[in-house]
Amino acid sequence: MTTNHEPVILGFLCNWCAYAGGDLAGVSRLQYPPNMRAVRVMCSGMVHPDLVVDAFGKGADGVMVMG
Amino acid sequence: MTLSEVTGISGEAGDFRVSVKQNPRYIDMNRCIACGECAAKCPKKVDDEFNAGINKRRAAYIKYGQAVPLKYAIDAANCIYLARGKCRACEKFCPTDAIDFEDKEKNVDVNVGSVILAPGWSPFDPKGVDYLGCAESPDIVTSMEYERLLSASGPCMGHLKRPSDSREPKKIAWLQCVGSRNLNRCDNAYCSSVCCMYAIKQALVTAEHLEGDDLSQTVFYMDIRSHGKEFDRYFEKAQADGVNFVRARPHTIEPGKDGTGVTMRYTLDDGKVVVEDFDMAVLSVGLEASKDALSLADTFGIALDEFRFAQTSSFAPVASSREGVFVTGAFQAPKAIPRSVAEASAAAADAARLLTAAKGTLTRSKSYPREKDLAGQQPRVGVFVCSCGINIAGVVDVKEVVAYAEGLPHVVYAENNLFSCSADTQDLIAKRIEEHNLNRIVVAACTPRTHEPLFQDTLREAGLNAYLIEMANIRNQNAWVHQNAPEAATAKAKDQVRMAVAKAALDYPLARDAVPVTQKALVIGGGLAGMGAALNLADQGFEAVLLEKDARLGGNAWHLDTTPKGEPVRPMLEEMIQRTENHANIKVLKNAALKSATGSVGQFVSKIAVDGQTRAVTYGAAVLATGARESVPTEYGYGEDARILTHLEFDRKLREDAAQLGQAQSAVFIQCVGSREPNRPYCSRVCCTHTVKSAIHLKTLNPAMNVYVLYRDMRTYGLNEILYQKARDLGVIFIRYDVDQKPAVAIEGADLKVTVDDPIVQRPLKIDTDLLVLAAAIEPHASDELIALYKCGVNADGFLNEAHPKLRPVDMAVDGLFVAGLCNYPKPVDESIEQAKAAAARAATVLSQEAMQLDAIKSFVTDDCDGCALCLDVCPYRAIKLEEQATEGNGQVHKRIVTDKALCKGCGLCAATCPKGGVHVHGFTLDQLKAQVSAALVDVV
Repeated sequence: MTTNHEPVILGFLCNWCAYAGGDLAGVSRLQYPPNMRAVRVMCSGMVHPDLVVDAFGKGADGVMVMG
Repeated sequence: MTLSEVTGISGEAGDFRVSVKQNPRYIDMNRCIACGECAAKCPKKVDDEFNAGINKRRAAYIKYGQAVPLKYAIDAANCIYLARGKCRACEKFCPTDAIDFEDKEKNVDVNVGSVILAPGWSPFDPKGVDYLGCAESPDIVTSMEYERLLSASGPCMGHLKRPSDSREPKKIAWLQCVGSRNLNRCDNAYCSSVCCMYAIKQALVTAEHLEGDDLSQTVFYMDIRSHGKEFDRYFEKAQADGVNFVRARPHTIEPGKDGTGVTMRYTLDDGKVVVEDFDMAVLSVGLEASKDALSLADTFGIALDEFRFAQTSSFAPVASSREGVFVTGAFQAPKAIPRSVAEASAAAADAARLLTAAKGTLTRSKSYPREKDLAGQQPRVGVFVCSCGINIAGVVDVKEVVAYAEGLPHVVYAENNLFSCSADTQDLIAKRIEEHNLNRIVVAACTPRTHEPLFQDTLREAGLNAYLIEMANIRNQNAWVHQNAPEAATAKAKDQVRMAVAKAALDYPLARDAVPVTQKALVIGGGLAGMGAALNLADQGFEAVLLEKDARLGGNAWHLDTTPKGEPVRPMLEEMIQRTENHANIKVLKNAALKSATGSVGQFVSKIAVDGQTRAVTYGAAVLATGARESVPTEYGYGEDARILTHLEFDRKLREDAAQLGQAQSAVFIQCVGSREPNRPYCSRVCCTHTVKSAIHLKTLNPAMNVYVLYRDMRTYGLNEILYQKARDLGVIFIRYDVDQKPAVAIEGADLKVTVDDPIVQRPLKIDTDLLVLAAAIEPHASDELIALYKCGVNADGFLNEAHPKLRPVDMAVDGLFVAGLCNYPKPVDESIEQAKAAAARAATVLSQEAMQLDAIKSFVTDDCDGCALCLDVCPYRAIKLEEQATEGNGQVHKRIVTDKALCKGCGLCAATCPKGGVHVHGFTLDQLKAQVSAALVDVV
């Protein structure tokens, strides 16, 4: 790993809270690093463990389940 | 209608004509896309009233990020152009030409059957009260200002800083009853009802915002009024977490020595004077009637009370003095959110009752072309990338994203639009669907939370199923948050589009099912709440079956003498019973018991036993109003002497032989008998008010009588505080006791003696009394059977739970069930009636439809389900059942789950729990989510 490695983070965002928070961050123009890719889910409880394992298996540096 | 005010009303209930003046917004709501360019370019800075003036906003503004509608406005009083004729910067930069300086005031007349007034409240302004010191120290703030300082969306982004030097405060004091319970420095004799709880909340939330263990929070109070459901537990948690509660009123409040912080001087119970420094002080300001309450009341011709709150009766708590005009929220009396929200539904119930004849006459429905059959077709994805003016295109290279999208699998068409949400782009998308035979659509634009319904509608109009759309959120969650990293933002936008396309390729048409509704209600419990709910539903034209376990309707109300406002309960009760029993739409079943409950919202079936016979009832919704009872005291000599009474026994005596009660020389009331104790750790809410009302009654019967009230905290919340004040004026003596030093009662021959430690004189007082009234706790009826039948929620104290205490205060977690009255929590007559009406209004939202349209995002069972039933326990909505099914052909019996679409909310806990892929959620199947994961990580090595 080089020092300028940019981690790729996969985020599972609950539609009703975390995803809405992500939208509000936009409306409020809060700036944050562009390293996360968001998958919208209808509840963080919907995130099957296989999805997390799958994400790491495919090279994600981190997984965030937000709800 | 925003920026509007009512200028006049004529007509009568059922047929009002209301004149509305709509002030100009100067921004066309149809064009505004809430990009914020106008605010960014506006040179005029104005105090931001939403943040209590702590920071600045511009003259072109939205009040806050979650504003509805999310459309900007120009504040005419501060706009440089409107005031001085020069500027128009916003106009130059608005990407949609939404600025309209020609906008004029409009006057509109609306014809309505009922009116609901909900103007809210204003915080008490402590600026003029010199001893509070807010003029001298910037570190003395109001609770409203502090709320904004704490808020993540506030001026310091949730990183608490004190105003004087922007340092993090470590030692904070809250001063209660600022502008409440005070006739010396203001005219607000009432209790604002909410400040104790919000101060406790702020003290606890402060700890979440600050690091280190040197934090100290002190609340200076007179009585802690945590009289709501679960509130006492919260208060106790705060004490356990180290929040200091000091019963004192600091009388001298000055700036700290170096001009920062606050120095306070206060006197403790034992007379000791303390001088203490704090980094910051928060004034828990009370609620006042809204500033325009007087003019509003004048316009509508309704009566206000002496504090400018709307006058209502306890039996019609949301009806103003003018027929057809209803009031709700803090305009009616100061109150917290749960009751305000319930009251709002109550006002809706009363308003709807008046509109019954006109119901449904102004509704229109839209028709769509027949859906195209996609069977056998490969995905043909069209991608529409929105520029959103410069909102997206200013950061993300949208042309590059379009070119990238064209190369993705299944994509047959891609283009860029200036505004994908505009009406002409909707037509264009429909045209492209036709031209290119598109059968999946990806819109890369803003958030699906606001715009997906719009695009779903476009698809339906073009003959495609509404669920064949995916959105890539490249504005809110990309361009707006990566404004300084355009290259990374463009790369992210490509990833987002790729993920959306991957999912879209796996989208399939979904059907919105409809559940037929039996437009009839079951109301369980025939007390005030049950009758109130049944009557409102019946008046709205719905049939109601009212089930009462006793031989007569009325419940606890038979035992109450008067309401706190002095209205006799009996005549109102008798009238209500008569109306209930004679109503053509109500079927009253007395001596009845619920035996079973099956089905779900829209279609419940129950067996009810009445006088030994069982009958079946089918209903679409139910209101649970099973009530509560006064507990039987186990202390203070109760049951050993006829002079020792509970509240309800006292009320009966008042009705039957008031003269005899008046002969007593001395009377003692003991509060919290069985409440706020380990086995019932809640406040029974009604007792303090009942006691002061009774004490006043005794003093009126016999002014020479010595009346004592022994209490822990007097909780005469809201306007009930006036009774507490009146009782003190009449000479009722209030003595506080601690729970670990409770009063002692001794029966010595003919003498009844009460001993209590008086904290002021600091010695025990012995009182010879002729009457001892115990404020016995309210306890819910044991309703284990009911809870089991409906699988409804109950709290640790046995009270039926609402789905959400603030947002859904009368809905239960099980769809189609609603709750009202004492079974939910102890409450007085007016609040029970409010809740009953609220439950009726909420039940009517189900009952008013012949069939309930459901969303299509629901769980479904696959052939891989082997009936292991792991999902049954995790389903929060109890939407899954295990059933035995015969396999086709060989007739072998196997187990498999069945989901109830009416109950399922599509949360997918079942899908995440299932080890076999036996259950998925439409629109979010494991394959679809996996496709997004794979697409997100395709470039990662």
